[in-house]
Amino acid sequence: MTAVTSEAGAPFGAAPPSGGEAIVTRGLTKRFRSGQVAVDTLDLSVPRGSVFGFLGPNGSGKTTTIRMLLGLVKPTAGEYSVLGLPQAEALPRVGALVEGPAFYPYLSGAANLMRFDAADPTAPRATARRRIAEALERVGLSAAAGKRYRHYSLGMRQRLAIAAALLGPRELLVLDEPTNGLDPQGTREVRALVKEIASDGTTVFVSSHLLAEVEQMCTHAAIMRTGRLVAHGTIASLSGGLAARIRVETPDAAGAARVLGALGLADVRTDEGGTVTAELGGHAPERLNAALVGEEVAVRGLAVVRPSLEDVFVRLTGEGFDVDG
Amino acid sequence: MSTAESATPSRTTSPATEATTPPAGGTATATAPGPGPRRTPGLVPVTETRGTAERTPREPEPGRAGGPAAPLPRRAGAFWRLLGSELGLTFRRPRNLLMLSVLAIVPIIIGIALSLVSAPDDGIGGVIASVAGNSLMLTFFAFSFLVLLLMPVTVSVVAGDALAGEAGAGTLRYLLAAPAGRTRLLLVKYLNAAIYAYAATAVVALSSLLTGLVLFPAGPLTLLSGTTISMGEGLVRIAVAVGYVGAAMAALAAVALALSAFTEVSIGAIAATMVLVVVCQVLRAIPELDVITPYLLPARFTDFDAVLRAPIDWAALWDGLLAFAAYIALFGSIAWARFSGKDITS
Repeated sequence: MTAVTSEAGAPFGAAPPSGGEAIVTRGLTKRFRSGQVAVDTLDLSVPRGSVFGFLGPNGSGKTTTIRMLLGLVKPTAGEYSVLGLPQAEALPRVGALVEGPAFYPYLSGAANLMRFDAADPTAPRATARRRIAEALERVGLSAAAGKRYRHYSLGMRQRLAIAAALLGPRELLVLDEPTNGLDPQGTREVRALVKEIASDGTTVFVSSHLLAEVEQMCTHAAIMRTGRLVAHGTIASLSGGLAARIRVETPDAAGAARVLGALGLADVRTDEGGTVTAELGGHAPERLNAALVGEEVAVRGLAVVRPSLEDVFVRLTGEGFDVDG
Repeated sequence: MSTAESATPSRTTSPATEATTPPAGGTATATAPGPGPRRTPGLVPVTETRGTAERTPREPEPGRAGGPAAPLPRRAGAFWRLLGSELGLTFRRPRNLLMLSVLAIVPIIIGIALSLVSAPDDGIGGVIASVAGNSLMLTFFAFSFLVLLLMPVTVSVVAGDALAGEAGAGTLRYLLAAPAGRTRLLLVKYLNAAIYAYAATAVVALSSLLTGLVLFPAGPLTLLSGTTISMGEGLVRIAVAVGYVGAAMAALAAVALALSAFTEVSIGAIAATMVLVVVCQVLRAIPELDVITPYLLPARFTDFDAVLRAPIDWAALWDGLLAFAAYIALFGSIAWARFSGKDITS
């Protein structure tokens, strides 16, 4: 399997927005007692100020990685660094949403936030009420602050979990599937919130299976597959890593395939609807058109198809190899 | 795999990274390390994560002062704030309040029952007569009945739920990510359980005392041995008994907390503690096993009756308290060893 490579030397091509990395892992590995290797020598680098999409199918080791970064699970091997600080120093600066919301059902939303604020030894008690009110305001839960968590809807629970991650001034926000259970309206709000938070300079590390969402929100992404990193870079470099394809609509599919093959285009395929596709490579589409017409192959339509992140994802994670879909 | 090579964090190896780094600012220095160990500042080797990082905060590296890495102050009283939060949670939880009210009601029922029956002439008759004869005796009688099962159940529910309940509900991961700190959280959980154990003991004592004062005559107290003490001294002896029984329940809480660190199902930890208590009661009843009886925790629970001797049998009380301290130290260590290294996957 070909991995998408980013520029050598500078891991992300672009300059780090504010210097240094928010998250660095080197050879990070987690082997559970069952023998299952959840994360396998992971080398990850999340630049400060980026919105970093962490992608992968279920069971690919995303959550285990997040748990290791938060000190919940002990790595079997390797090193990691969060904000370049020792763990106890780093965690108060990190807001986290891990595997969905978890709160005390018999407490109100505000009381739940107070509970988690009390657990942070660096959080000033004097400002707790104000910070809780602000966090609830930010996620649109002010009206439900006094309501018991038990009576919250799924979307409200998810919002409360995001509010908990925003209780203090954060330098890094780790959001594991933040839009789970949210309606389209809520999804848009979360996306806007992430953008707003990122615009303050906060690094956002967001795991998601919604690729379109990652493509819209994120500046960088990494793709995991069975515990291994298969791609890592800016969104642009990831999508650019897959070859663009030429797509020819023609009544003479066999002829078109023959011409394209003769011109040296790789991976020529013909699908049932009489459409022929091939990797564009360095060829100019207009020259290909001329060549086809010159060989008396009728061309009804011709297009260059650029791969989306989803194509990259599906290709790299192996769920359906047919990139053209 | 080319990804691994190109994506390797290249702070220390890549000139490109350094070239693109702004030269000013606190973090900039961290990206361009000088000679010395090649370790990235702050990169925590696996052996130093967790407990060690928590216990011995590493000294800030030179050049990282200022900027976004300015150290966050630990707030004074943060430990007490977390303990307060824990106590608030425990004493507002309907289930825990219900258990305390059951503990308050049982002495009332016992008192009413004893005030209605006439004392028969056998062994138990003497006890009933002495309870009915003085308002203070009901407290001791209620203790000797409740320490066998009901108080241990109450304490096990709170202590056995302490870690397993949070793990099962998923709140444990958010507490630890806050970061509550594993050792700190364990200590808070234990203190909370111990305070609840004393609260349960105090509830039994107060309810018995009030019931006794309403139903039975007040006045000097005649002990089982026939010696008479003043009512004031009787109250002092009740206070000593509360101190002893509370410590006994706090020792049991340590056992339940240790079991709680091993599971994500709180009913498992609670049931296991109760099984231990019941098995110990059974073993204690077998005369051939007298040798091991002193080492069984529940066998010490009823030794509070040493305060009913004249004078108080302090030796028996100290023996019991030493046993409780040993149990707390042993099971506290087990809980810590397990909890400080546990992978939180719930």
